[in-house]
Amino acid sequence: MTGESLAGRKRPGESIIRGFLIFAAGISVLTTIGIVITLCKESFPFFREVSLLEFFGTIRWQPQVGAFGILPLFTATLLTSLVAMLIALPAGLASAIYLSEYAPERVRSILKPALEILAGIPSVVYGFFALQTVTPALRGIFGVEQVDVYNTLSAGLVMGVLILPLISSMCEDALSSVPSSLREGAYALGATKIEVSLKIVMPAAFSGLAAACIVGLSRAVGETMIVALAAGSGPALTLNPFKAAETMTGHIVRISGGDLSYDSMDYNSLFAIGLLLFVITLTLNLVSSTLVRKYREEY
Amino acid sequence: MTTLSKRHRTGRIMASLFLASTIFAIIALITLLFSVIDQTAGYAFLEYSVSEEDILPYDDEGNMRSRESLGDEELIAVIGENISQRRLRALEAETPLSELSRKKIEKLYMEEVLDPRAVRTWSLSESVMNRQGVLDWVEENAEDGHLIFRFWLSSDFLSASQSSNALFAGVRSAIFGSLMTIVLTIVIAFPLSIGCAIYLEEYARDTRVNRFIKTNIYNLAGVPSIIYGMLGLGIFVRFLSPLTSGAVFGKAEGAGDGRTILSASLTLALLILPTLIINAQEAIRAVPRSLRESGFALGATKIQVILHHVLPASMDRILTGTVLAVSRGIGETAPLVLVGASTFLTQDPTGVFSRFTTLPIQIYQWTARPQAEFRNIAAAAILVLMILLLSLNTAAILMRNKYRSQRRV
Repeated sequence: MTGESLAGRKRPGESIIRGFLIFAAGISVLTTIGIVITLCKESFPFFREVSLLEFFGTIRWQPQVGAFGILPLFTATLLTSLVAMLIALPAGLASAIYLSEYAPERVRSILKPALEILAGIPSVVYGFFALQTVTPALRGIFGVEQVDVYNTLSAGLVMGVLILPLISSMCEDALSSVPSSLREGAYALGATKIEVSLKIVMPAAFSGLAAACIVGLSRAVGETMIVALAAGSGPALTLNPFKAAETMTGHIVRISGGDLSYDSMDYNSLFAIGLLLFVITLTLNLVSSTLVRKYREEY
Repeated sequence: MTTLSKRHRTGRIMASLFLASTIFAIIALITLLFSVIDQTAGYAFLEYSVSEEDILPYDDEGNMRSRESLGDEELIAVIGENISQRRLRALEAETPLSELSRKKIEKLYMEEVLDPRAVRTWSLSESVMNRQGVLDWVEENAEDGHLIFRFWLSSDFLSASQSSNALFAGVRSAIFGSLMTIVLTIVIAFPLSIGCAIYLEEYARDTRVNRFIKTNIYNLAGVPSIIYGMLGLGIFVRFLSPLTSGAVFGKAEGAGDGRTILSASLTLALLILPTLIINAQEAIRAVPRSLRESGFALGATKIQVILHHVLPASMDRILTGTVLAVSRGIGETAPLVLVGASTFLTQDPTGVFSRFTTLPIQIYQWTARPQAEFRNIAAAAILVLMILLLSLNTAAILMRNKYRSQRRV
């Protein structure tokens, strides 16, 4: 054979395609960089005026008088998220156990799509539901003087229904990745089905369940439209779920929906709140993915 | 009772508790759907701004002639007598009144002359089950008005654009805005997601950079959508406003800022990109190695194997995941509020550099208004949105089945 190369011509289009592939992969990195840069750059003027101590320490958020304490918005976010988790975690975990351990195939084939439908409903619709049905129901049960027209309980309850399918499917993944040898061993020793589920499988899947919980919390913290519609439109420092209180996300949406001039204090304060929100959700997500990796490694 | 039967009994109780939790979610879903549908039709009590007795002509016997009995020109004359000259001129400039169809003339008469306001509306369940209560209310409180049964979701609703009167508002601009935004979003995000997934699955070696890219994508998938809105506001609307407003191309509209469909689509594309990438990755990973090996064995280059064998084999999963991500994108509200979706848009968007509004934005707007009739049209808009999403998801399932049956693998 002569010295002809057997490798063949490199087709010219291929390097263009490869360039595109690398560019596409780079977009995701650029997105993160973009988020960090935008949040930091636009909130920097805010933090030049308002010290971190004032931001985290004072208890009033009233831009008109120059009070910029994040605490009222933060507690409202915390309150709604906790109420949501109180609904979604037990119900989501319980339905995950039911669907993975107990449900006959036919029931599963109805219930799982129903949960997926719940997850696919846009959050504005949930907000409508909170205002239209849940708040009047709460006012009917607890009395009109007790419960405001906008209140964090209603928003929290509906948010719980929103994140329930998310927690349920993540818990299901965690539970089904527990190897059946553990279950079989327990059955062999005479355990009942419920004992296997609660005392063997659940502890074994614990890190996955914790990850589901944290992801749900992160989703609840970042949720916007439900609280924008149903929780209230003014910052209020209160732990009473029957009262109106604006959350961090609700505040951002309300202010940006109106007249917003660039580089005003209002504009920059939005990005400061956004930065805090980003840090919180990023931390929660990092913790949960470490947990997921841990339980995936174990099995 | 032996311990065993006690344990079994506890087991049965717990099992029913678990089932109850699942049922709870289903009940919530049904209640939600019911409360939406309940608002989409019902009685409404309308008051007109002028009384028909005052403006309609009388016949020779002194009886008021009904609106229906008037001829076209006579009705036009009544309209002309009861609106301002300026308004009449404006209307004539759009289309001469004599050229309008009867239906349009009557609509004009309703909107411009009678100008009805909804005083009170009732839900569907109230209207059906408590009809007497409705009639009683009308008797007690009605001064000068009309009780009608109204389907808030109607063809008028779909073809009208925004209006400050809930009786005449419609979702036409919103539907256009939603569709245009989401189509552009797919055009941007779909190729990028597949490109990135191909890179990660076929080309990337296990280096620190590539691992960072992968974890970065997972983290981005968990970032709240409002943060993407802030990214869009800071970069696409503000920083890149010459590009996104079209000024660079000489096509800027109105104020010429970046609050356009292009900015919205770019923001939404970044939002759904991580989910699309993860989905495409899993689809590509699921293609068996044997397919690739046989391609290489026949002398194909890597890219040929990917484009002609791996991608078609994974396309059904990719498409299903894409449709799910697109469904989420259609329902997004918060990022679009930040990126500057219009609150009151009367003209349809004409291109990517137009101002826009979307269905979820309208739903948000109308739900936030205190008057009951806005709740009704919000419910109608929700129904439109849900039907849109339902058709989308059904199309995805059908597409997936078609691809699956075509696959020889």
